[in-house]
Amino acid sequence: MSANSRQEVQRGIARTVRRSLLLLLAMVGFTLALIPLYDVFCEVTGLNGKTAAQAQVISGEQIDTSRSIEVQFITRTHAGLPWALAAENTSMRVHPGEVVRADFEFVNLGQEAHWGKAVPSVSPSEGARYFRKMECFCFREQRLEAGERSQMPLVFQVDPDLPREVKQLTLAYTLYSHDQALGEKP
Amino acid sequence: MPACLPKVWRLLPAGFLLIALPVAGSQVNTSSGWNMPPGVTGISQNIFSLHMIIFWICVVIALVVFGVIFWSLFAYRKSKGAKAAHFHENTLVEVIWTALPLIILVAMAVPATATLKQLYDTSEADMDILVTGHQWRWHYQYMEEDLSFFSNLATPRSQIEGQEDKGDFYLLEVDQPLVVPTGQKIRFLFTSNDVIHSWWVPDLGIKKDTLPGFINESWTRIEEEGTYRGQCAELCGRNHAFMPIEVKAVSPEAYQSWVEERKAAAASEAANVDRERSLDELMQRGEEVYTTYCAACHQEDGGGMPPAFPALKGNALVQEESGRQQHLETVLHGRSGTPMPAYSDTLSLADIAAVITYERNAWGNNSGDRVQPAEIRELLDSDD
Amino acid sequence: MSSTLPPHSDKQQALSDSAAGGAAASAADHHQSAPSGPLRWLLTTNHKEIGSLYLLFSLLMFFIGGVLALVVRAELFQPGLMFVQPEFFNQMTTMHGLIMVFGAIMPAFVGLANWMLPLQIGAPDMALPRLNNFSFWLLPVAFTLLLSTLFMEGGGPNFGWTFYAPLSTTYAPPSTSFFILAMHLAGISSILGAINIIATILNLRTPGMRLMDMPLFVWTWLITAFLLIAVMPVLAGVVTMMLLDINFGTSFFDAAGGGDPVLFQHLFWFFGHPEVYIMILPAFGIISAIVPTFARKRLFGYASMVYATASIALLSFVVWAHHMFTVGLPLVAELFFMYTTMLIAVPTGVKVFNWMATLFRGSISFELPMLFALAFIVQFTIGGLSGVMLAISPADFQYHDTYFVVAHFHYVLVPGAVFAILAAAYYWLPKWTGVYPSEKLGQAHFWLSVIGVNLTFFPMHFSGLAGMPRRIPDYALQFADFNLLSSIGGFLFGTSQLLFLAVVILCMRKKGKKAPANPWEGAEGLEWQLPSPAPLHTFDTPPEFIPERDSPSRS
Repeated sequence: MSANSRQEVQRGIARTVRRSLLLLLAMVGFTLALIPLYDVFCEVTGLNGKTAAQAQVISGEQIDTSRSIEVQFITRTHAGLPWALAAENTSMRVHPGEVVRADFEFVNLGQEAHWGKAVPSVSPSEGARYFRKMECFCFREQRLEAGERSQMPLVFQVDPDLPREVKQLTLAYTLYSHDQALGEKP
Repeated sequence: MPACLPKVWRLLPAGFLLIALPVAGSQVNTSSGWNMPPGVTGISQNIFSLHMIIFWICVVIALVVFGVIFWSLFAYRKSKGAKAAHFHENTLVEVIWTALPLIILVAMAVPATATLKQLYDTSEADMDILVTGHQWRWHYQYMEEDLSFFSNLATPRSQIEGQEDKGDFYLLEVDQPLVVPTGQKIRFLFTSNDVIHSWWVPDLGIKKDTLPGFINESWTRIEEEGTYRGQCAELCGRNHAFMPIEVKAVSPEAYQSWVEERKAAAASEAANVDRERSLDELMQRGEEVYTTYCAACHQEDGGGMPPAFPALKGNALVQEESGRQQHLETVLHGRSGTPMPAYSDTLSLADIAAVITYERNAWGNNSGDRVQPAEIRELLDSDD
Repeated sequence: MSSTLPPHSDKQQALSDSAAGGAAASAADHHQSAPSGPLRWLLTTNHKEIGSLYLLFSLLMFFIGGVLALVVRAELFQPGLMFVQPEFFNQMTTMHGLIMVFGAIMPAFVGLANWMLPLQIGAPDMALPRLNNFSFWLLPVAFTLLLSTLFMEGGGPNFGWTFYAPLSTTYAPPSTSFFILAMHLAGISSILGAINIIATILNLRTPGMRLMDMPLFVWTWLITAFLLIAVMPVLAGVVTMMLLDINFGTSFFDAAGGGDPVLFQHLFWFFGHPEVYIMILPAFGIISAIVPTFARKRLFGYASMVYATASIALLSFVVWAHHMFTVGLPLVAELFFMYTTMLIAVPTGVKVFNWMATLFRGSISFELPMLFALAFIVQFTIGGLSGVMLAISPADFQYHDTYFVVAHFHYVLVPGAVFAILAAAYYWLPKWTGVYPSEKLGQAHFWLSVIGVNLTFFPMHFSGLAGMPRRIPDYALQFADFNLLSSIGGFLFGTSQLLFLAVVILCMRKKGKKAPANPWEGAEGLEWQLPSPAPLHTFDTPPEFIPERDSPSRS
């Protein structure tokens, strides 16, 4: 093989390596992008029953009185947070489009102040994107003093576009301790 | 989809294993012991027929392919003097064997899609049950009733370790089965307290993952009374194999009276909370509760399995007065970032009091300390 | 070892070194002052020596992973906790999976690529010889680290080879950070290996060889290498997120902080499903080389084989969630992933039909490589067909996470991928060592392996259908008979692999019938123009290649 063509091959190898590295970098970028993309994807499609993390505006005034949806609340507290969370009504019937308020009661049963945050999940997940929250305690962390009791509202609306086959929406709140994240306790 | 299939379909896969095996005798589920159980719900039977159809399609394809291969190996062997042909492509056959599988698959996709839609239709259920996966037991909450309980493995340790003969329902029996009425549409909601579990009862055709912080759902309508058993299907830690599911389907009347019974028992227990318990009584009950709920991690002898599961034996928190409050809170509310769950709304007041007393006095901890149910109620009383 | 493998005398080396040229010139220069003894193996940049290192390493890992599998099978021999505690059992299943996937099968294929790609395309060496050395030596480091976690406080990884969060994060043993590091090292090794393979194939083909003239093993590896570059970063990303969740308080996979454990599964399987094809595509290439040789007839449908491989690779990016049918996906997603998964059956079927048509009206003989290749076709087809069953989403609600799945993927990977690797070893051992593998030992190895592997994995279909979940150390009584058979089969298969070890050692010591340049009557391809054993440096002058005469796609 002549020196010339040998050089040409070396240049070819360098070019292939550069392109492979570009592809590699693109895939690294893609992987990083997947995390926010997944959240957006979940929010748009309601995948995994996630709801919007910020307050949404009321959509339309049309109230669909032709049907009513049963909205069911489940409340749970995760290990490590001595709180009790209860929905005033565990189930309510609403018309799509109607703006409804539901009250929840938080109690700190512990001897110290704590931070906690409620994480929502909606089932069936197809219904999640139609569950619009105007106001919710789940948008931010809450702080309760030892023994403190607090009423917090959820103001929501079931979007009139909710598919007809969905007749029941279950909203589960799981309370998690945020002491560690907020540096309140070791 | 035909819900019922000729009986012979259910038995035939057996023919494909050449070695004769005794079929297990105990009637645990509707499985033949070889094959998927047809089950006792519309969904499970539809799944079963899908399974059998695709199974037979696969068997036919396999027979054709293997037939041609083995015949070629036999007919064109060189030792017999076969001369190789020279063809190496044929557009027509290539198109055929690309298109034919495609057509079969489309034909298969149609009934599969229908069944899947049915499986996802949880609307208009008669009752809801919240199933929560815990390491390593199931918790059931009847949403319309004020009724919830844990369901634990009932097979004794001695059977597992081989000191005793194994019973018919070895590893498939629980202390308190999930009781449900027949003929009603039951919607199951699933979530988890710690890691991902999966609630699977083959006879109901339900398998659904329980995810911490998220909720899933599925449904069933059981037509036949009976006991249907299943297991956790997602690896969830060391005792993954030891958290079975037992569903008892009874007539709606029997179900109602069972609910009343449970409620009456809970009421009488609540009425009894103020009674002062002796150390012996607390210790005795505490040991039972400890064995069921705590021993898997903290071990029978309280030695734990550090670093994940601390020892309770000789632990200052469990032994000394100064740790008492934190000990109570840990059992009641769990510890975040560790596998220690909260027991406040899942065990009864008396059980909690007993198990804490037991931990503070067993294995030479001997604090002499007693915890009474009323004290626990005090700590949990949210209704002033 | 150094005196026996690879096969060459010092005189040969000196000769070929002085004649070295082409792209590997720098590597060859490096070799002129090559140290002897163990250091030579540490520093070697020769593709044949590195190929041998990969192959021997993967053989070692195959035995270690096999011993772990036998611990599992011993525990499952009868109901009841017999030998090990559940947490140790979980470490065994996890380690077995990780070692077999990342330590045995993948490095074995990379080893075959290192040895054979340059020989099949007429190149003097790999394009990046020094990088090649580095990618290999990352592996022993990675797996020593991984195995050492078994001896750490709290034990090694115990959360399954799929390491689902939060079991692998919040609830994981303290050694998990080392597991993550080991995964990173193995991943980097794979990526570097893949870049090297792509650069070699695209730049070092002998003049006249177009892409559509390449042997199928080269084609399948080219496609596999692209898959590796595409998905290894995803694996690296997912383990890095785990690391952050465990040690730095983020919550990618923890609902408490707004994360989602299902995200883990999406990311893992976005890597994991292409990974499955990374472990099977090169096997298709091997079988497509062996079957025509011993049928003495050209491969049927060369072009459709290439297109089928490429379609399988592309489809592998849009089917990942079929591993997650029970996780609570919306109906639309279930349907989408069911349809795409079913589609994979089409190109896979094309491959099997092509091999079938190659055999049809051939002139067939049954040498050792052919026996393994034929067993591959039959057994892989069984695994493929159970895969079609698993694709039916509603049925998967019953199959998912049972022994039916275990049976399925073991059929694809053991009597599939592993048999293809064994077939390749028997096929190319004469080229590597200059002697034929022992026919007697090889026959015994083959028949015992076939009986053992089917006895192990076939009953698992039944225990799975009857309701046995996977990853359990103890089981209900109705699964006892099937498990008994599987355990007997497992020990039979495991011990019969010692025969293969004997075959390899005999070949390395040149005990056996001397092999000519082309040891197989019907074999085609550039590698057979070289003497057996192949000298250390080959094709310093590119060989002649006339497509009309030499191409596997010639008309």
